[in-house]
Amino acid sequence: MTRVAVTATVLGAALVASVTVAIALGSADLGVGEVWGSIVSHLGGTASPLDALRDGIVWELRLPRVLTAALVGAGLAVVGVVMQAITRNQLADPFLLGLSSGASLGAVSVLLLGVGLLLPVAAFGGAMIALVATLSLASVGGPLTPGRTILAGIAVQSFAAALTSFVIFWTATGDSYRDILSWLLGSLAGARWPAVAIAGVAMLVVGVPLMFSGRVLDGFAFGDRSAAALGIPVAGVRWTLLAASALLTGALVAVSGAIGFVGLVLPHAVRLVIGPGNRALLPLSALAGAVFLVWADTLARTAFDPRELPVGIVTALIGAPVFAILLLRRRSVG
Amino acid sequence: MSAVEVRDVTVRVGEQALVDGVAFDAPVGGFTAIVGPNGAGKSTLLRAVTGIERAASGMVLLDGVDLLALPRRQRARIVALVEQDATTELPLTGRDVVRLGRSPHESLLGGGDADAASIIESALARAGATDFAERDITTLSGGERQRVMLARALAQQPRVLLLDEPTNHLDLAAQLDMTSVVRSLTDGGVTVIAAVHDLSLAAAHADAVVVVQHGRVAAHGPTLETLTPALIGDVFGVRAEWTRNPLTGRPLLAIG
Repeated sequence: MTRVAVTATVLGAALVASVTVAIALGSADLGVGEVWGSIVSHLGGTASPLDALRDGIVWELRLPRVLTAALVGAGLAVVGVVMQAITRNQLADPFLLGLSSGASLGAVSVLLLGVGLLLPVAAFGGAMIALVATLSLASVGGPLTPGRTILAGIAVQSFAAALTSFVIFWTATGDSYRDILSWLLGSLAGARWPAVAIAGVAMLVVGVPLMFSGRVLDGFAFGDRSAAALGIPVAGVRWTLLAASALLTGALVAVSGAIGFVGLVLPHAVRLVIGPGNRALLPLSALAGAVFLVWADTLARTAFDPRELPVGIVTALIGAPVFAILLLRRRSVG
Repeated sequence: MSAVEVRDVTVRVGEQALVDGVAFDAPVGGFTAIVGPNGAGKSTLLRAVTGIERAASGMVLLDGVDLLALPRRQRARIVALVEQDATTELPLTGRDVVRLGRSPHESLLGGGDADAASIIESALARAGATDFAERDITTLSGGERQRVMLARALAQQPRVLLLDEPTNHLDLAAQLDMTSVVRSLTDGGVTVIAAVHDLSLAAAHADAVVVVQHGRVAAHGPTLETLTPALIGDVFGVRAEWTRNPLTGRPLLAIG
C-alpha cells in the first residue's frame, strides 16, 4: 500500500474508534459496547440496551456533540488547506485571517440583534466581509505577502471579536461572559442534532466539493502567473474557492463559535506524513481534523469535570506553539 | 515556411504601453531569440504571447488559429512558458513539479491522462532533470530548479515553448546543455521563442532574432544580418564587433 493509502486507513479507523470512545467517556459511566448498542437501536428502531437517562446521554447529548466536533474539525482543516494554497501562505487559517471571528459577529448579530437572516447565512456574510477586509488591508501599498496577510488578519480578527463582545454585553443579561467565551473561543457544549444538520449539510454541499480542488490548488504552488500558464483561470478560481471557504467557515462557526488553529495544525501535521500534494492532503486533513477536534472537545469537557473548558482553549494551547514553530522555521515573513 | 505569427500585440499598464504593437513571425520548428536591454519589455511580451498577461490588442496565430482567443486550458496544451525565478515554499519533489505540467491535459479530477507517467519521465530526461526527480525543489540550486521548470514545460507537450532567460542561472556547462536541449526540441518541430541576454548565444544558435527596445520591435530578421554593430550600438549603447569563437567557429560578440 502507498503511504497515502496507509494514512487514510489509519485515520479512517481512528475516526470511527474516536467517535465511539469519546461518547463513552465522561461523567455517566458508559461502555463502548453500550454506546454502539444505543446507536444501533436508534438507527434500527429497536429497544435500546440502556435505561432512558443513559440512552438520552448517548443519543441526545454526546453523539450529536461528537459528530458536530468531527464535522467542524474536518471542515476547518479543509478550509485551512485551501486558504494556505490559494494565498501561498503556510500560516493561513480561517481563525488567524479573521474569517471565524467575522462569522461569529454575523451569527451573534442574528441571535441577539434580531437581524432577519438565517444563522449560517449571516455567519457566511460575516466571514466574507472579514476575508475581504483582511485581503484588502494586506494588499494596501504593496504585494500580498504572508507576513502582511497575517498582520491584517490579526487586526480584522481583533476588531470582529471586540464587536462580538460588545453586542453580547449590550444585549445579554447575567451570564453573558459564558456566551462571549463560546463565540470567541469556540464551544461545542450546545451542539445537538440541529448543529449536526447544519454542519453536515455544509460539509456535503461545500466541504466535499472543496476536497476535489487539489489539482487546481497544486497549480498555485509557483504563484498566480505560473498557475495561469497551466491553464487555470486564476482570478475566478481564487474567488470561488475563497468564497466557498467563507461559506463553509460561516456554517461551522454558526454551530461551534470561532475555534482556532485546527486549519493550521492539521494540514501541517498531515503534510509531514504524506508530503505537500493537495489532492491527498485535502481528504486526509479532513479526517485528521475530525479526529483531532473529537479528542480536543472530549478533553475540554472531561478534564475539569464537571466544569467545561471552551474547546478553543484546548486547540489554542496546542495550536499556538505550532504556529510559533512555523514562524521560527520561516527564513523571512516578509 | 509556416510560422507563429505575432500580430500587433500591445500590453498596457494604465496609460503606459509596456509592449507596443509588437509583430513578428517565429518560424515553426525554429529558435527565435528576443533580445533587448533591461526593461525593454521582453518578459512582458513573452507573458502576453502565453496569454498570462492580458494583451490590450493583438493576436498570436498558429495554423491560422488565434492562440489568445482559445480557452486557457486548451492554450496551455499548445503554449508553455518557463519563467525566470519561479519559486515555491512547498517542499514538492522535482517529479511533483513536472507532474503539474500535465494538468492542462487531465480531467478536472485528475484522470484521463493515461500516458502521464511516461511523459513525465521523458520530460525529466530531456531537460536533464532526472537526478532531481526525488529531490525537494526548495533545496535545489537556481540552475537545477531551472531544469525542473523546463521539464514541467516539456510535460505540457507544447508546440510553442517560451523561455525567459533560460541560461540565466546556469553555469557554463549547463548553458551548453540548455542550447542543445533547445536544438533537440526545434528538431522535433517545437517552436522556441526565448528572451536572451547573451547576443553571442543568440547569434550562435538562434535562427532569427527580434530586437525589442522601449516595448517596440527595433529590428527583426536572420540573426547576424540583423544584429549589426551599428544596431547594437544604437539599442544597447555599446561598441561591438563580431569575431569568431576560436573553439566552435561560431560568431562571438566583442564589446568595449
